[in-house]
Amino acid sequence: MVMAALSGEPLTTDKPPRPAPIIEIENLSFHYGAFRAVKDVTVAFAPNQITALIGPSGCGKSTLLRTLNRMNDLIPGTRVEGQVRYHGQDLYAKDVDAVEVRRRIGMVFQKANPFPKSIYENVAFGPKVTGFKGDMDGLVESSLRRAALWNDVKDKLGQSGMALSGGQQQRLCIARAIATNPDVILMDEPCSALDPRSTLQIEELMQELRESYTILIVTHNMQQASRASDNTVFLNMAEDRAGYVVEQGPTYDLFTNPRNQMTEDYVSGRFG
Amino acid sequence: MSTIGSNAAATQSSVHASLTGARRDTAGAIFQGALLASLLFSLAVLLVLVVDVLGKAMPVFAERGVGFLTSPLSSNPAKAGVLQGIIGTGVLALIVAVVAFPMGLATAIYLEEYAADTWFTRFVQVNIRNLAGVPSVVYGLLGLSVFVALANSLDGAGNGRNILAGGATLAVLVLPIVVITSIEALRAVPNSIREAGYGVGASQWDVIRKLILPSAAPGILTGIVLALSRALGETAPLVLAGAVLGSFSGTTLQTLFSGSYTALPMIVYDWSRKPQEAFRQDAAAAIVVLLAITLFANGIAILLRNRSEQSW
Repeated sequence: MVMAALSGEPLTTDKPPRPAPIIEIENLSFHYGAFRAVKDVTVAFAPNQITALIGPSGCGKSTLLRTLNRMNDLIPGTRVEGQVRYHGQDLYAKDVDAVEVRRRIGMVFQKANPFPKSIYENVAFGPKVTGFKGDMDGLVESSLRRAALWNDVKDKLGQSGMALSGGQQQRLCIARAIATNPDVILMDEPCSALDPRSTLQIEELMQELRESYTILIVTHNMQQASRASDNTVFLNMAEDRAGYVVEQGPTYDLFTNPRNQMTEDYVSGRFG
Repeated sequence: MSTIGSNAAATQSSVHASLTGARRDTAGAIFQGALLASLLFSLAVLLVLVVDVLGKAMPVFAERGVGFLTSPLSSNPAKAGVLQGIIGTGVLALIVAVVAFPMGLATAIYLEEYAADTWFTRFVQVNIRNLAGVPSVVYGLLGLSVFVALANSLDGAGNGRNILAGGATLAVLVLPIVVITSIEALRAVPNSIREAGYGVGASQWDVIRKLILPSAAPGILTGIVLALSRALGETAPLVLAGAVLGSFSGTTLQTLFSGSYTALPMIVYDWSRKPQEAFRQDAAAAIVVLLAITLFANGIAILLRNRSEQSW
């Protein structure tokens, strides 16, 4: 297993009732310049599960997601307080290399963004830059198969990835994320630009992928959160427009028996 | 019920009338006409110029053929050729390509991809834009006071007015153009491509080299086409940086580097001023040669651009 190999922890065969979290966020606040977008977030994510981050627009869901693979480092003038621990290692410690973090925590974006290269090159790009030396053809095929795209594209691997349909492009982006063999896949509203059929395909795909990966998904779509996730984190915006966690727990509990009135109002569609 | 039927018919006819009514969009038509007129005017000017130049140049090429291209400068219009000008312009283009393009692109990549957005980098960018608007004769003065002096100190025998000084002057002249167009090309690469690259664990160098530069290549090459055309057509800076107006002996590269050199625009300028009508025709022929060289250089750049557009 990748996780064990990375962290040096012994493999355990018996599954504990509550597995150790793969990512823990503790007292995290995130600032864009003077504006605090997220405040005092403490959440833990269980391995091999799908966790949905839901909440109204502007509540910091995407920002929070992007702190997990240090994607926000690319935006000048941002600042992180608190800790994000991955297998116990603080990702914002001084000696941590953001590039290495992103190799283990991959990302699928809101708008499908294939490289302006061939389908093959799109999938092979990550492994190439991360120094993969093995059977590239095999890796490209297996990644496309796992992303349920192989049958659509196997005869046109040399064609541009941009020529695919929206849903296929997003599955190509998932294949690209899988190809570097990450531990965690972050998905930032991956279905927001897709039609219902493509959305369903992606959701089915997520169910298969959770066998091997931990998936965190930001979604606007509450039906999607309720049908496709194991756990849900509900964020809301405070008076000062900073996002904070209102409630978190197993998706079924959160949707059927919310502890917080705000959660109940949100999941029943009364605001947001 | 007949009222409903007649109402429906009335609605149908009024909708038909309003949808098919040929309302004249006069302002739009005038605007479109003005746009077309501008295009035709530019084309007409260009056509007159080309026809005029070709008309004057034709007899020279008909009479002397390739001899015009392979003869050195001369005070006799029937013998004068542009060999030194072709060699000079070619070497100048080479120097510009070797000096200005890598340096300009490197500056653009640094400013756009690496440097933080501070008041200093913004100050630098604004001033690079200003430099692109500085008259070329000012660059000639710079060439005279810096590059000619430098060449003089390196080469004790000559007086420093050699083709290296001229090439360096032209390179500095087009450097801002290369920087600005490259910055624009890099800026036009969507951020989603950068994010996608970083998202799969690519380093900044990988993202720039393998994703951003290929995407920006067509725009960068367009800038290089513009810059090269500008450099090949300049006269004023070369006058100051030591190119010879008038004839001189020596057609080999060695003499170009050690002393006298010239370029096609210089020859055109020189011959146009001469009293003999025959030199006027020679000048037109030299213009044709200069245009051909410029088109050839641009053709290479455009070919590269089209190739970079196709290859993803």
